[in-house]
Formats: sequence, structure tokens, C-alpha cells
Amino acid sequence: MDKLLKLLDSNARLTNTQLAVMLGCSEKEVSDHIAEWERDGVIRGFKAIIDWERTDRAYVTALIELRVTPKRDLGFEGIAETIMRFEEVESVYLMSGGYDLAVIVSGQTFKDIAMFVAKRLSTLDSVLSTATHFVLRRYKDSGVLFLGEEKDERGVL
Amino acid sequence: MSYRIRLNKTLEQLKPSGIRRFFDIACEMDDVISLSIGEPDFSTPWHIREEGINSLENGKTWYTPNAGLAKLREGIANYTERHKGLCYDPQKEILVTVGGSEAIDLGLRSLIEPGDEVLIPEPSFVCYSPLTEMAGGIPVPIVTKAEDAFRLTPDALRAAITPRTRVLIMPFPNNPTGGVMRREHLEQIAKVLIETDVFVVSDEIYGELTYGDSAHVSIASIDGMQERTMLISGFSKAFAMTGWRLGYACGPSELMEQVIKLHQYALMCAPTTSQYAAIEAMEHGDADVEEMRAEYDIRRRYIVDRLCGMGLTCFEPEGAFYVFPSVAITGLTSEEFCQRLLKEKCVAVIPGTAFGDSGEGFVRISYCYSLKHITEAMDRIEQFVENYKRT
Repeated sequence: MDKLLKLLDSNARLTNTQLAVMLGCSEKEVSDHIAEWERDGVIRGFKAIIDWERTDRAYVTALIELRVTPKRDLGFEGIAETIMRFEEVESVYLMSGGYDLAVIVSGQTFKDIAMFVAKRLSTLDSVLSTATHFVLRRYKDSGVLFLGEEKDERGVL
Repeated sequence: MSYRIRLNKTLEQLKPSGIRRFFDIACEMDDVISLSIGEPDFSTPWHIREEGINSLENGKTWYTPNAGLAKLREGIANYTERHKGLCYDPQKEILVTVGGSEAIDLGLRSLIEPGDEVLIPEPSFVCYSPLTEMAGGIPVPIVTKAEDAFRLTPDALRAAITPRTRVLIMPFPNNPTGGVMRREHLEQIAKVLIETDVFVVSDEIYGELTYGDSAHVSIASIDGMQERTMLISGFSKAFAMTGWRLGYACGPSELMEQVIKLHQYALMCAPTTSQYAAIEAMEHGDADVEEMRAEYDIRRRYIVDRLCGMGLTCFEPEGAFYVFPSVAITGLTSEEFCQRLLKEKCVAVIPGTAFGDSGEGFVRISYCYSLKHITEAMDRIEQFVENYKRT
């Protein structure tokens, strides 16, 4: 049934009826699978991919590199859990390489984000250092192109 | 004063492709949603492209042997054995061509004497009849019907064979109908052929793209048929390599010896870069084909369901990437349906008549498009059909 997951991953708005037709199974099988995945946490949610640049909403995002001291019992989990609870934080990843946590933060202005980093993140006990990289332009997000249209260059024979 | 070029009369009288003509109209309009294109919307898988690029970086820009790179011919032999259970000698029985189309042309020219009849199941792709005529042959269409799942039946075949019949074209999986011949159907056809000296040119360019439980079966794999069949396939459809222009033909050495002669004089060899890329496709491309096939299958199911829902009765295609619904419910001819759909809803599909007179009453819809694109087009076709159903 990973075909079903792939279809949902490409477009979560397909109805169960459409999905059943596409996969050649019953609607009940589709809804049962989805219910099971939601219960088991395989599917964590459904949301639209929005290009906020094209709306009136002031929207800035930044990637913050965080170097932190892991706690004796909790490792990185404790600090990650603290950070993920801030509503400004969109994503938190534990990273390999030059730093420990990558945090995607959004706000209305560059200053919002800078202040959030200075006041909320840097001040946390385990945080050793931060480096803030603002997103200037979004070309592709969640597998979707944000820039221009895909043009069909095929001719007909 | 003015010089008049004297042209080949047969050529002059050939009609231009009906697909092309329709597409040209669509191209002049804005906002057209097309479902008319017969080539994959996928790009060639990266690892295959990379082998083409590598060959260029390494300066492999010369001619190859006329019959194609030895390693590619071996790759084709292995692939054909793996997928069709057929053994061909890469030295003497395999030719790499400039697309499947060249192979069809060479095959017909090698087999036909002036006045010979060539049996062509229809509806089918546009090239068989013109190429037959250019080779001096006489095209004899055999109509396949929706109620027979657009398969060639042994009765229709038997009825069409005359003492002048030289070649039977086997265009399956079929463009435009999506019809396929399963093993049991091929066995019946073979039974008829085995009593004649009719030779088969089997165009299996869509051979990898069949849906349902059983894989494509080549007529050459039926008992006694390999010696009387030229198997044609290529890289365009299965591996999304249309622009590389690469196909191949496999057949008995006495035929291939002649075919290679023609290829050598007309084409020299197939493009070198493409051949290097194709080696990779033969050796490591199976998973890509499977992935694309699975995607086509999803679209196929969706599109058939939508068409049936709006009353365009539709034989469920079992191969290739086309659906061939009847437009009878609208009371329009194929041509009218396509022209009005284009004008009123800006959706381009191809009239069935482009694939032979027997395509009247049908249109060809391609699903080489994203689901999003197909959904939008289906919504528009639905509105269009609603309007015509009411009046």
C-alpha cells in the first residue's frame, strides 16, 4: 500500500473514491489504511503547501544552526523538545556534521526572528552557539516548484 | 522559366499524419490543455542520461559499427531473453536502429516486392500504411473492434489473407486503442499464419507497458513463429528516451543480413551517444520502467473511470498509454468532437480517424500527463459532453 502513501504525498486532497479508482481497490480499504496510519502516527497531518510570497502575509523564515550540550540522561531530546514547543518554530532536526540542531523559524519580519533567536534560543541553558541564515528565496519546497511554471516542451508526431 | 520539380508520385499522394495536423491547430491557441501527446512526460532516468554524458566526456563521438555497439546488441539480447524468453544472436540477428520507426521502414522495404499485400490491423499507428506504399506494397487494413477488445481475431486474419499477402503487421500493445494480444490470442493467430508464408513484422514498442497480471507476450515466442517474425522495439516509450532516437530489430539472420545492408546505406549507424546510454538502460533500467508503468497504471484507472462516468463508453486499455473512448453519445463524428472540444473547452485530443477509417466514432486520449493535468482536462471534457448530451 505504499502506492497509496505516495499518492497522498503528492496530493493529499484526492478523495477516497479517487484513490480507490486509481489503485484498483475498494474505498473501504483506502479509508481503513488511512485511519490506521493516522492512528499509528505514520500520517502526521495534511496541509497545503503555500507560497506566502504571493499573499499579503508578511512571512520570513530562517534556518538556525544550533550547537548544544547534550544532557546526561536525555541526550539531545530534552533541548529539542523545549525548542519544538515554541510556536515560531516550524521544524527541528537533529543533524550530523558541524552543528547539532537545525531549527526552521518563521516570523513576520527579520527582526522578529533575530529577537526570537537572541531572547528565546540563545538563552537556553544547553545552547552553546547559534548561527542564523535567513531564507531569501524559495525555489522549491516540499517537492513543489515555487518558481515559474513547468513547461511542456514536447511536440507531437 | 519556372522549373518544376518532378516528385515521386506515391510520396506526393501520401496524406500528412492526422495527429500532426490536429496538433498544429492546438499549438496556435492559448491555454490549451493537451492530451494529445504520445510520448512519456518523464525525463530519461538520470543514470541513463549520465552514461550518455560520460560517453561524450570521454570523446566517444565516432560512428559505431553499422549494426550498433557490440555491447548494446548483447544488452538487447539479454534483455529480450529476460523479458520475452527469446534468444537472438547479437552478432547476426540484432540491429540497432534510429528509433523503432526506422526498423519498421527497413523491415517493410526488405520484405516487400511491388504489388505485395501488407495486412495492417486498424486502428493503429500512422506509419505502416505510408511506409508500405513507399515500398511498393499495398496496405490492406484489417479492422479490429471494441467488442473484441481491439484484438486481431483469427477469423478476420484468415479472411484477409490472399496469395499476394506477404507481411502481417502486429501493432500490439496498440497505439491508439491500448489493445493487447495475450498468449492465447497469439496462439490462434500463429495457427493461421503457420499454414501460410506470411511474415510478421511485430511492432512491440509498447511491450513493457501492459497492465494487469500478465506481462506482454511476443508473437515470436509462440511455437514456430520466431523464424517468421521480425521483432521491433525500442527505448522511446519504456525508458522515456524518445529524443534519443533509438530502437532495434531482431529477426532471422537471413533477413537481418539484408536489413543491415539497407540500414548501412541509408543511416550508417544509430547515434553513438544514444547507444552508450541505451547499454545502461538494458542493463539497469528495469526498475525505472516498473516505476513509470505503475504511475501510468494509476492514471489509466482514473481516466477510464472518469470517461465511463460521463458516458463516453470506453474499452479498458490493457497496454500503451492511451485510452480510446467512443464519442457516440454526443452524436458527433470524431473530427467534430475534437474540433469543438478544442474550440469550446480548449482541450486537445486526437480524432480516431487519424489512425484509419475504422477509428471513426472514437478519440485517442493520452495519459502521458500529470494527474493534475488529466483531472483538469477531464473536468472540461465532462462539461463538454454534458452540453452535447442534452441537445
